[in-house]
Amino acid sequence: MKLSYIKTLLDADILTGEENAVFEKTEIHTACGCDLMSDVLAFVKDQSLLLTGLINPQVIRTAEMMDIVAICFVRGKVPPQEVIELAKDRGIALITTKLPLYLACGELYKEGLGGKKSAETL
Amino acid sequence: MLKHYDISGTDFSVAGEASSNFKVVLKKLGISPDIVRRVSIAMYEAEINTVVHGGGGECDAEVLDGCVKIVFKDDGPGIENVELAMQEGYSTASDTVRELGFGAGMGLPNIKKYTDDMKIETQVGVGTKITLIVNL
Ligand SMILES: Nc1ncnc2c1ncn2[C@@H]1O[C@H](COP(=O)(O)OP(=O)(O)O)[C@@H](O)[C@H]1O
Ligand SMILES: [Mg+2]
Repeated sequence: MKLSYIKTLLDADILTGEENAVFEKTEIHTACGCDLMSDVLAFVKDQSLLLTGLINPQVIRTAEMMDIVAICFVRGKVPPQEVIELAKDRGIALITTKLPLYLACGELYKEGLGGKKSAETL
Repeated sequence: MLKHYDISGTDFSVAGEASSNFKVVLKKLGISPDIVRRVSIAMYEAEINTVVHGGGGECDAEVLDGCVKIVFKDDGPGIENVELAMQEGYSTASDTVRELGFGAGMGLPNIKKYTDDMKIETQVGVGTKITLIVNL
């Protein structure tokens, strides 16, 4: 699923510049919704999207370690500017949606974006 | 190829900078993405522990012939019961750390999962040294 389509589905706003080209070409295969960074770190997969209610710099760091290419903040949350800058610097796209975590994940799942049941993907 | 990092024990917002920097180094060396990711995750969890539990310290990360070796050292409180600390869900992290998304007691189990070898040397009241090995 294209990141641009995810943005539309979640009626989300882009936080990291207006580079629509990136959103058109970034393909998201799996996503996970989580507020526990250690849980995110326990699941390894390629090219994924993280949906979270946390907005501290460690969310960006976690995404960076996991090669997660995009983060969607839920419930209308917007991280501080320095967190946005960190994401820009690392090439991670940030969007924000008004939807709560459960509904945002549900919308994407309904449209066919899967998750991963097992952590044993290494 | 050895990289040395000082790990601040007071500024949680910079926790992960060493791991981030070393990840770039590994990528530049052309090491396979799977291995880079495993090293990065394990190193990041260890770095977070050095910050939030160890009160800061230092890190030496190097690429050797057949493996990547990373050592974190701190002069913190030490770990009283390593076996217990290794259990999933065991954590003494503060509420502040939990609010940031850590402190679920998954760090050491994650490190074990993503490394080929890990060693914890620790003494209560003296500090902790953790060594991570990921084979190339
Ligand atoms: N460097 C360290 N210094 C002192 N205690 C540590 C250190 N690293 C880990 N610990 C102890 O081991 C426990 C488990 O660590 P970990 O599995 O990473 O979980 P978490 O960091 O979420 O608490 C910590 O809560 C802490 O009590
Ligand atoms: Mg930890």
